Formats: sequence, structure tokens, C-alpha cells
Amino acid sequence: MTARGRNPAQVSLPSDREVVVTRTFHAPRALVYRAWTEPELMQRWLIGLPGWTMPVCEMDPRVGGRFRWVWRSEEDGSQFGFHGVFQEVDPPARIRHTQNFDAGNLGGSMTESGEAIVTLSLDERNGITTARTRIAYASKAARDAAVATGMTDGMEMSYQKLDGLLAEGVH
Amino acid sequence: MNQSPTHDPPALDATFFALADPTRRAILQRLARGEATVNELAEPFSMSQPAISKHLKVLETAGLVSVRQEGRRRPRRLQPKPLEAATSWIERYRELWETNYRRLDALLEELKEATPDASGATAAGTGAPESPSRETDALPPRGTEPGHLS
Repeated sequence: MTARGRNPAQVSLPSDREVVVTRTFHAPRALVYRAWTEPELMQRWLIGLPGWTMPVCEMDPRVGGRFRWVWRSEEDGSQFGFHGVFQEVDPPARIRHTQNFDAGNLGGSMTESGEAIVTLSLDERNGITTARTRIAYASKAARDAAVATGMTDGMEMSYQKLDGLLAEGVH
Repeated sequence: MNQSPTHDPPALDATFFALADPTRRAILQRLARGEATVNELAEPFSMSQPAISKHLKVLETAGLVSVRQEGRRRPRRLQPKPLEAATSWIERYRELWETNYRRLDALLEELKEATPDASGATAAGTGAPESPSRETDALPPRGTEPGHLS
């Protein structure tokens, strides 16, 4: 059984420049960690809305190592991505990295949002893993910029497309 | 920069700031049941009137609470509209993550079947004391071909 609806993701805003997303998974955290850090696994789930794929997923999860992710709309070829550097790598408990937005061919104002720090914490209890993702923006203004385009994570771009919020930036 | 009216960033920011505090969220919950004065609000929270007034000021700035004069009373009322804009943004964001996480649920089930050692904690879970965290080296080496998972 894979569809477990009893622990839906929770989003909280602990401060004016942070977003925290929490979710439990019925799996040991070593597996959750792998799914979160191995490209061939990430590309199977970290893809946002239907119609999008993650053709580029480069990961070098060690302190100072880099990552690069690119998402692509199969419908119209729109692309965007993120890149960053790992600051803390402590498998299978914790990983922290910088995160910069690559506007790709979508354009828009997201590049103004600056560098965010993303921390993933995994806690396991009786085989159930709680994953907590904290996104800390550089400043209140940076989060405002992200929220202005309806986006605090690359995935949110999918929603922007749907809403036509990017009419100005799409080439 | 495009801005839809329901996602005006300064307004949303004020809303998020207002909601970030547990006391202010509790005040909003109380006001959701009906109007209340500062005194009436201060009582259940065992806080001083100035402390409550300070929180109310933040809520008023965010447009979440309004005041009206009624003789000597100045009851506060919930103004839910900014809340709706904020919760719809959060809800959309939450749904997006949930969409990803449902796919991850399915993937993890596959991984558990493919790596029986790692799924032991789930089977032993019921009623057992908290199991120690598992080490990564209990798993097969990284770089395992993804093909066998699908």
C-alpha cells in the first residue's frame, strides 16, 4: 500500500523569512535519505506537477560539493532550475545547502530573491521517518520577492504557469 | 513584475508575520467565535492588557482584526480576508509538496522491497520500544542500478 493519506504535508511559517514543510514517511530514514540525494531516485519523485520532468539532476553531496537541478515542461519546453553548494552532509540525518534560482527560459523576477539556505532533517522513530525541510531566505525582502511571484521553491513555478502569473516573463 | 491582487507581497508578508506568533493565532481563533474586547481577550491568555494590545496592533496592521466603538467598549472583530489569501497561497504550496511526497511514498515502498534489511524497522515497529537509528552502511552500496526498482 502506497497511498497513505493520514499524514499530509504540513507547511508552517516560523518567521518572516522562513518556510518549513514537514511530512512523515513509512520508511527508515536511510531510504528516505537515499531518495532525497541520489539523482536517479530524485528524478522519479521530485518533479512537481504532471507534465514536468527533471532532466538534469547533478548531485555531489559532500561539504563543498555542488548540485544542479533543472525542470522542464514537456508541454512547451519551459525550463528553470536551482543550483547550490552543500554546507553540511550528515547521512542519514541531515543535509544543508545553499539554493539559487536559475530562471532558464522562463524569465521573471525570481533571480532577485537571492540565495536561500535549505536544511533537510530526517528523524526516525519505529521505522517512520519525519522529514522536515526548512527554507530560510536571505532576508525578509528576499522572501517577499519569492512570494511575489507565487513561488518559494522551484516547483511552485508550475503553479505560476497555470495561473498565468508569468505572462510577462515567458518568452 | 506581475502581482495578482490576492498575492500582494507586502500584505502577505504582514499576514505571515502576524500568523507567526502562537498568541496571535490564538487571539484569531478566539475572535473567530465572536467579537471581544482587550479585557475579554487578556483573561483566558493570562496576559496583561498592554501585551494583548501589542499583539492586536500587529493583527490590525495586517488587516486581520478591526475595531469598532460601542459606547465605552471597543470590541475587536476578525477580518478573515487576508487570511484567505495567505492560506490559499500556503495551501497551493502544500499541495505541490504533497504531490511530490505521494510519489516518494510509492518510491520508498519499492525501495523497501528491494532492500529487505532496511525495512526491518517497519515490521518490528508495533509496540516495540523506539528502535535505534539505522546506519547507512546497512544498505546496499550507492549507485545501485535504478532499473531493478521499476
